[in-house]
Amino acid sequence: MGNRVFEPDHHMDIAWCPACGNFGILGALKMALEELGLRPENTVITSGIGQAAKTPQYVKAHFFNGLHGRSLPLACGIKVANPFLTVIAESGDGDTYGEGGSHFLHAIRRNSDITNIVHNNMIYGLTKGQASPTTQEGMMTPIHVRGVYEKPFNPVAVALSLGASFVARANIGDLVKTKEIFKRAIQHKGYALVDVFQPCVVFNKLNTYQWFKEHTYYVDESYDAHDRVAVFSRIMEEDRLPIGILYEQIGQKTFEEHIGVYESNADPLFRRRHNLNTIRELIAEYAK
Amino acid sequence: MSNTKKVFSKEVSLVLCGKAGQGIQTIEAILTQVLNIERYNVYATKEYMSRVRGGSNSVEIRVSEVFRYAFTERIDVLFPMDGDSLDHMADRVSSDTVVIGDRDHVHGKFDTSIPVFSVPFAEASREIGDEVYINTLIAGFILSFFNVQMSSVEKVLRKVFARKGGDIISNNIKAIEKGMQLAVEYEHDHPLDICIQRYTENDRNVFMSGTDAVALGAVSGGCNYIASYPMSPGTGVFTALAGFSKNLGIVVEQTEDEISAITMGLGAWYAGARAMVSTSGGGFALMTESVSLAGMIESPMVIHIGQRPGPATGLPTRTEQGDLNFVLHAGHGEFPRVILAPGTIEDGYELTRLAFDIADKHQIPVCILTDQYFLDTLCGGYSKEMKIQKIQHYFIETSKEYQRYRFTEDGLTPRGIPGFGDGLVCVDSDEHDETGHITESFDMRKRMMQKRMSRFSLLYEDEVEPFFSGDKDVSTLIVSWGSTYGVVQEALEIMHDSTVSHVHARQVFPVPETLKHYALDANRVIVVENNWSGQFADLIEKEIKKPVQRIVQYDGLPFGVGNLAKRLREALI
Repeated sequence: MGNRVFEPDHHMDIAWCPACGNFGILGALKMALEELGLRPENTVITSGIGQAAKTPQYVKAHFFNGLHGRSLPLACGIKVANPFLTVIAESGDGDTYGEGGSHFLHAIRRNSDITNIVHNNMIYGLTKGQASPTTQEGMMTPIHVRGVYEKPFNPVAVALSLGASFVARANIGDLVKTKEIFKRAIQHKGYALVDVFQPCVVFNKLNTYQWFKEHTYYVDESYDAHDRVAVFSRIMEEDRLPIGILYEQIGQKTFEEHIGVYESNADPLFRRRHNLNTIRELIAEYAK
Repeated sequence: MSNTKKVFSKEVSLVLCGKAGQGIQTIEAILTQVLNIERYNVYATKEYMSRVRGGSNSVEIRVSEVFRYAFTERIDVLFPMDGDSLDHMADRVSSDTVVIGDRDHVHGKFDTSIPVFSVPFAEASREIGDEVYINTLIAGFILSFFNVQMSSVEKVLRKVFARKGGDIISNNIKAIEKGMQLAVEYEHDHPLDICIQRYTENDRNVFMSGTDAVALGAVSGGCNYIASYPMSPGTGVFTALAGFSKNLGIVVEQTEDEISAITMGLGAWYAGARAMVSTSGGGFALMTESVSLAGMIESPMVIHIGQRPGPATGLPTRTEQGDLNFVLHAGHGEFPRVILAPGTIEDGYELTRLAFDIADKHQIPVCILTDQYFLDTLCGGYSKEMKIQKIQHYFIETSKEYQRYRFTEDGLTPRGIPGFGDGLVCVDSDEHDETGHITESFDMRKRMMQKRMSRFSLLYEDEVEPFFSGDKDVSTLIVSWGSTYGVVQEALEIMHDSTVSHVHARQVFPVPETLKHYALDANRVIVVENNWSGQFADLIEKEIKKPVQRIVQYDGLPFGVGNLAKRLREALI
């Protein structure tokens, strides 16, 4: 693939099934990071639990592979402690939209300057084929023996409704275009969602590489990614799903900017001195 | 009405009772601050219902010749501020209690043996312009029994009403004067006289609540990050740190839930911040998965837990020490931790400050276990015992070869942080190898368990010594922990029994070696704690392998000094 900077130094025993869509996402991510000129020492990838959440293990960068559903609070926590780091939260659809659903909603509202890459294969792989929040209606699973009855979660519509300033959807069947979307997402200042369609070759016999190819289309030049209302009607389409950069708004203030600690001092928290005089003054306020 | 004056010369316990919204907390703030400035030993604690307006709440203010830090059930003077107050306080009113209040609030509730004295507070406050001034007016009435300078009163009023502006301040000054005047007008049939000495030692120079002490200790320990979700009684520390944040550059985030709060906190520590969370038992229940995560990734974390009675929502505004077992065992799997429990204002500060150092040095979660009583109680303290020291950072600048979990002799690997050095910092909630990458090797699992658990033995280096008072060779040892320090001390003083000594745990877990020695040497051990089963007693029994007695209370209220002394006497028979 030619990407070397983020390639691990040692051979990795990769835990994914042959032909899994995760391989493509891993490759696209490493290429995007390298092409942006980023360095492993300044890049942190957080993840939750599941097969997608193992991605950072196979990238030469800092990583925090945390608990199920918690990739986003970790990423927000890291970014605000050291805004010089490029922080990417990466996990699957179950992790991000199910177990971590509340964090997904509020991380968008918080608008940390992070990139959220969600591997969306519309199924639970590691636990052997149960429905995920994005599973299509009617699919039979070992639990949904009468078929899935819930409406699938629409992450791009939810993100847009919450005021996300960068919303994208990709299909890993097209590695190069996915990589380009990743690059734009990482460069975006503020929370950026990339929901990546990806087949699970073992447990999802419906949403295959072929199915994603047939059921998606790239938004073209006539599409206005800045018109929030028009974007809304487009991303509610269900027959053929639009992919690409679906919404983008520049200049929204980030969490790190709102929080105030970087207003007059850009140093990350770990470089700051402990201000003993201010503490002395604070205690003095409790004296008579 | 009795015309014999009651004289309080050693101490007086003043209780004000009314509904939420009547400004009892304002009276508390004015009285305690003025009396503190005027060098009286003053202590205040409150009890309140879980509601914004209405109900029946009370505050107890003890003014004493010697320093006191304990709740007393005894009421010397009661100020009922509404019609429900006397019913609410009925259990604590005796023939020794003087009741002073508006006619409607004091009459017809008790038999004639209780001295009831009516003063038209409401009418007098309307003369100032509004009945809202009744609280300040009563404060003025009370202050007239002490020898205080009007300049001290004005100083405090300016502070208490700082955000309300000049008119409000001047009306409150009028209310204080009116209250003092009422005390003079009704002097001929005063039922009481207070003539308590001021203290002479001049270094108990700060006055604050347990909440203030914990928050100040946190910033002194280098806390620069707090993420939390509001939950009584842990919210106060969160609010106080938010108040300090502009001056000190603290990241403050109110998260969507407690899971997110502690997870953000772990992300922050990972990136080099010194983070804490503040919550109560129910919020901590949600955090437990990340307590376990801190154990696995060998991360520092500071967790303040203000206990309230459970199970479940329990009594949201009341007190208990019922979460010790929970905090002791919270989190799946096995890993080291430390639990600290302050029992004085100074310790609220000092133990919280230390918590950051212990957490960082040993790469473990440290819990500060307080309770509603401790957090809401106000008293004086010695600022000289609140150390202000440069903090020590334990993270290192990494080299290219850095491995986050490299095996070392003592089990501690120097902690690298991303963005500081050329190395990569990889951490994983899965079992991992030295580089932090996932492993399923049984051999590696065994070695990593040994690495993590071996660090337990290092904790003894930084053990926080218990307080001890009494003679080391006596037969009976009273053991307490956390918020009960002051009440046990005073109860033992009342008992005046030289065969009894007292040890108070400040570090609850691991149980300090010295505490175990005291307990092993004593013929009999009695553990006093504010819960049903005697959770610390169980822990001590397990450690010393010898049965101990227990004195427990679990009604949602703190121990009162009179009742505790009585129960201790009974236990000693």
